[in-house]
Amino acid sequence: MPPAFPAKTNGNKEYDCTGLVLVRDGTNRRFHMAQTSLVINGETKSVDIDPTTPLLWVLREQLGLTGTKFGCGLALCGACTVHVDGNAVRSCVTRVGAVAGKHITTVEGLSRDRSHPVQRAWLQLQVPQCGYCQSGQMMSAAALLAVNANPSDSDIDDAMAGNLCRCGTYARIRKGVHLAAELARGQK
Amino acid sequence: MSLRVLRHVLVGAFVALPVLFFSLMQSGAGASALSAADQEGIEKSLRAFHEVASVLTSPRCLNCHVPDDGPLQGDDNHPHPMNVKRGPDGKGSPTLHCFACHQSENAKALHGPPGAADWQLPPTKTPMAWKGLSMGQLCLTLKDPAKNGNRSLQDLIGHMDTSLVRWAWNPGPGRTLPPLSHDEFVSRLKEWIDTGAACPN
Repeated sequence: MPPAFPAKTNGNKEYDCTGLVLVRDGTNRRFHMAQTSLVINGETKSVDIDPTTPLLWVLREQLGLTGTKFGCGLALCGACTVHVDGNAVRSCVTRVGAVAGKHITTVEGLSRDRSHPVQRAWLQLQVPQCGYCQSGQMMSAAALLAVNANPSDSDIDDAMAGNLCRCGTYARIRKGVHLAAELARGQK
Repeated sequence: MSLRVLRHVLVGAFVALPVLFFSLMQSGAGASALSAADQEGIEKSLRAFHEVASVLTSPRCLNCHVPDDGPLQGDDNHPHPMNVKRGPDGKGSPTLHCFACHQSENAKALHGPPGAADWQLPPTKTPMAWKGLSMGQLCLTLKDPAKNGNRSLQDLIGHMDTSLVRWAWNPGPGRTLPPLSHDEFVSRLKEWIDTGAACPN
């Protein structure tokens, strides 16, 4: 958010005319900082950052949650999928200011001990090949199972269509979702 | 001949022919011929409608007002990739919602997802679809509450002021604008309604 007015300086700090602190990024661009409170994997975190920064940047760079991956940066591949209030969203195009106070779940938050049915199914079937897209795949699968305990192939295709896998593990992903559904229902 | 002049000529032809047809039908059935004022009113209404329709059939509106199960994209109206579906409420599949990618603002990057508050297609029950319709069919669809989301003609004016509709005039990089400004569009819509909301045959 570049300020639309000249900045004032006081020592090493720069302020806009309303008193908000300005900072410079690597290209010397000035932008406003704002204290943003996020609930990440059940824990409240506070970050000082330009509110237009993509959530993905905050997760990876500020909070060190590198399980969520950068793929295309344009919401085209699904690698950066996280949950916001239970819904799968693409964190690469989600402004952090838009999710302040909302509950965000990353792949690290599915469970701390790999006990989430999706994690167990993915391990049991060895779903990933290179694995880069798989955290996004797992988050979309978990969002699906949260609202559909027994998804059909068609339901899975509809829910997972926004998550690309260049290794082509789609057949194993579909099996993984079915197995995760059975595990969640206690049938296996 | 500039495109603007050509558009006016075509609109004129669209307007004049139905009015002539309507007048001949009236006189042929033994009814009194339309007064010059009536005829002028119909002509004015039809002209306004064709201006409105030029916006409604622009890619920014048409791409979501489709009878199909999913939206279209781009100025060439190609199908939205990723097998995106309308969903029961028009907001996407239960786990691939429109808002998974479409935020409340446009992405700044070229080819990034556009965005506006409440990004969605018309719901399944009232798809408000006009892709492939003739001008007459589009006009009747617009006026029919069963097909227009249970809206009166006055409600249509309110709909045109929603953030999603207004997005068409701020579509982000790489997307063309509708042929009229938003103010002109709403003005033509009001004119069409105020002059009787005439529909072409």
